[in-house]
Amino acid sequence: MSEGTIKKFMFVNRKAPYGTIYALESLEVVLITAAFDQDVSLVFMDDGVFQLKKGQQTKGIENKNFSPTYRALDGYDIEKLYVEEEALAARGLSEDDLLVDVIVMSRAELGKLMNDMDVVLSF
Amino acid sequence: MSTIEVNGKSYETDEEGYLVNLTEWNEDVGNYLAQTESVEMTDQHWEVINFLRDYYNEFQIAPAVRVLTKAIGKKLGADKGTSQYLYDLFPYGPAKQACKIAGLPKPTGCV
Amino acid sequence: MLHIINKSPAERNALDSCLNVAQDGGVILLIEDAVYAATQGNEAEAKLRDALSRFKVFALAPDLEARGMGDRVMEGVATVDYGGFVDLVTEHKNCQSWL
Repeated sequence: MSEGTIKKFMFVNRKAPYGTIYALESLEVVLITAAFDQDVSLVFMDDGVFQLKKGQQTKGIENKNFSPTYRALDGYDIEKLYVEEEALAARGLSEDDLLVDVIVMSRAELGKLMNDMDVVLSF
Repeated sequence: MSTIEVNGKSYETDEEGYLVNLTEWNEDVGNYLAQTESVEMTDQHWEVINFLRDYYNEFQIAPAVRVLTKAIGKKLGADKGTSQYLYDLFPYGPAKQACKIAGLPKPTGCV
Repeated sequence: MLHIINKSPAERNALDSCLNVAQDGGVILLIEDAVYAATQGNEAEAKLRDALSRFKVFALAPDLEARGMGDRVMEGVATVDYGGFVDLVTEHKNCQSWL
């Protein structure tokens, strides 16, 4: 990527936290990408919406609770967080259950947004 | 892994000298780690160290330098929110030195 | 017999496979990402509710709490801690993990 070129990056998060390492790996790559001043969007669809669920308490499973880190993204100028509307509904969740401000979007709208990206990274 | 000894108690550090267990940190450990970095601690230094520890407690990560600079400016005043100010306090880089003294892991995205 | 499931019902068919095969009177333990199956309003809720008439169903409490779901377990599902997990394993003569 040549210097000064801003590309549109989208991180697609489709896995629940803790059961697999995908959610944490994605978050770390997002934080690193933030250093390169790119146009970054995060999408949470399918089980990925669980990553943003309020009230995670991981002491019992002796894992690091990385959910507070999503609230730091704003300070990294990562402000575009999109959540799949249908995925929330299928899991008995609403926007109020999420620990950060997000934009809730239908699958159809997310698909259009994805089409418009330069780079799509899947987790 | 190696260990450091402060006031007769030993603490585990990683190969780069970062404290392994951040809950073990106290001011004496901070002072000891500052010595290993040849940083003479002043109130201004402690202000940044305490800010970093608060930031870590809230977000569970050590901030990247750019993020730290901006957040310090917001919290402690615009005159302090510059990389010049932070590099004057921690010449080898606020990420490397201040995080180490604060007992935090090396920042993610530290490039 | 004890059946242990650790996959999210929205991602894998482990729960379906288990329910197809498990014999009445069996016990099902949901752990890790499978605990989402036992939460109110999730798409597998009806399926699991039906299963409650044939099986006793447990969910692992530390996994529910880690996921912020400790307060929305559906009615009829009991929670256990790690000690209870061990008890379930020792109480049954055999055990299948639906990986």
